[in-house]
Amino acid sequence: MGMYLSRDEEAIYRGDRGETLRRMMEILVALGDIYGAERLVPVRSVQIAGVSYKNIGDAGLEWISDLEGQVVVPSILNPAGMDLFRYKEMGISEEFASKQRETIEAYRRLGVIIDCTCTPYQIYDSLAERGDHLAWSESSAVCYANSVIGARTNREGGPSALAAALIGKTALYGYHLDHNRQPSHVIEAKAELEGSDYGALGFLVGKEVGDGVPLFRLRSSPTKDELKALGAAMAASGSVALYYVDGVTPKPPEPTANYDGCERISIEWEEIEAVYDEHGGDDADIVALGCPHCSGEELERIADLLAGQKVKKEMWVCTARKIKDACPDLVARIESSGARVFCDTCMVVSPATEGFEKMMVNSGKALVYLPGLGGVDATFGSLEECIDVALGRKRS
Amino acid sequence: MREISCHKVASGFASGPSLATKMAISFLGNIDPRTGMVVDPGHELYGESISGKVLIFPGGKGSTVGSYVIYQLKKRDLAPAAMINLRSEPIVAVGAIISGIPLVDRVPSDILQLKNGTCIEVDSDRELIRILP
Repeated sequence: MGMYLSRDEEAIYRGDRGETLRRMMEILVALGDIYGAERLVPVRSVQIAGVSYKNIGDAGLEWISDLEGQVVVPSILNPAGMDLFRYKEMGISEEFASKQRETIEAYRRLGVIIDCTCTPYQIYDSLAERGDHLAWSESSAVCYANSVIGARTNREGGPSALAAALIGKTALYGYHLDHNRQPSHVIEAKAELEGSDYGALGFLVGKEVGDGVPLFRLRSSPTKDELKALGAAMAASGSVALYYVDGVTPKPPEPTANYDGCERISIEWEEIEAVYDEHGGDDADIVALGCPHCSGEELERIADLLAGQKVKKEMWVCTARKIKDACPDLVARIESSGARVFCDTCMVVSPATEGFEKMMVNSGKALVYLPGLGGVDATFGSLEECIDVALGRKRS
Repeated sequence: MREISCHKVASGFASGPSLATKMAISFLGNIDPRTGMVVDPGHELYGESISGKVLIFPGGKGSTVGSYVIYQLKKRDLAPAAMINLRSEPIVAVGAIISGIPLVDRVPSDILQLKNGTCIEVDSDRELIRILP
């Protein structure tokens, strides 16, 4: 073992505080050894992947159910495979629902907060601030925490996140350290962008930079929702966990004028446009919004666009339950159109997606994952175009 | 008897007949969790059972759900007795730890050529592998 452990940590590692904690500490130490960490570091919060029964199956459920103990830092869940209350409307079977509920109950017993969302930062300010060490799992949440909030987290797997939650620490390596947080690429976007353009940009850049750290120079100033979409897409088409937007996000540890050592990529408007064109068409049988989960502002925009009209196709809007509960009027306005606002889940992790042929989305992340994980074709458009298609119109 | 020093990843002591491959293993997809058999026709160990063996392979690959597959094998008494990697990566490391299967790494690569069925002891806590005559 190469890593330094304090006397308390050593005692847990030996098993003085029980078998569950011993194994959890063994996970942290093993990962620390693999990645060359010098020591552990306390985390402020944990976000745990491995919630959708579709993804973890009986194997994952058995493991979580067998654990004993209580989390020692605030810990929150990733989306589940269904709306925990309205799953029947999604076409989820009772058998799946029962396994999904068992999974949620197993986490509840461990003291985990039962909010199933990929956007914990939209519902709790207290989970992460600039400079905090975290152990978050969901790739878009990781990207947002590192880049927009300026906190520090690696992309944790389910067991390592749970280990961090039960011990309250994680191994100090990767994005926790300044020298891994310097930009590797400078991306020049030569167009004014808005809304889903940022998802398209992320879709392109993630493929180019892989697990790099891109620094963007943009002609427009993205909102928080647009940053959320940009990071989510890059984390899906590549494995980006940290990015910068010059003049918008927190700066790199050692900002320089030109970032001379970085690879340079420029993105023209035609390339963004091509993402829409290559995934065009009005023939989707469902429109799904909310990847990552919608903010209150996005719900308001959707409600305004629907304004008193009726959808002609199935339309889902995915968000966190706390956001839905905080905006009952917006939800009522959206649902009066015939669209449905689902919580705790999304189109990427729910098996309900498999019941459709073609899904239209405004998310670069969903565009990457739907064909493989969801078993459904995907088309891509702006929020306005998605609503047009849901209402039975041609794209404007 | 030959002794090889190694690096502990998951604690424990176990012994069994060896089963070695030069190919990485994706527990999700390569192994059937209901039988412990290697079910991927493209894998060198296709058709072999990993249950009760000291499984020797370069390292893991593939989906992180592989960690849970190792756990499921253990719960059904179908898991390897111990595992030896050249270099462990997080999927197999985490899978071995949550399942209580001894796992060691950082061994010389010629161990991948060991004849299958050789009796091996893995003593993870002492960081020692013993190849019995």
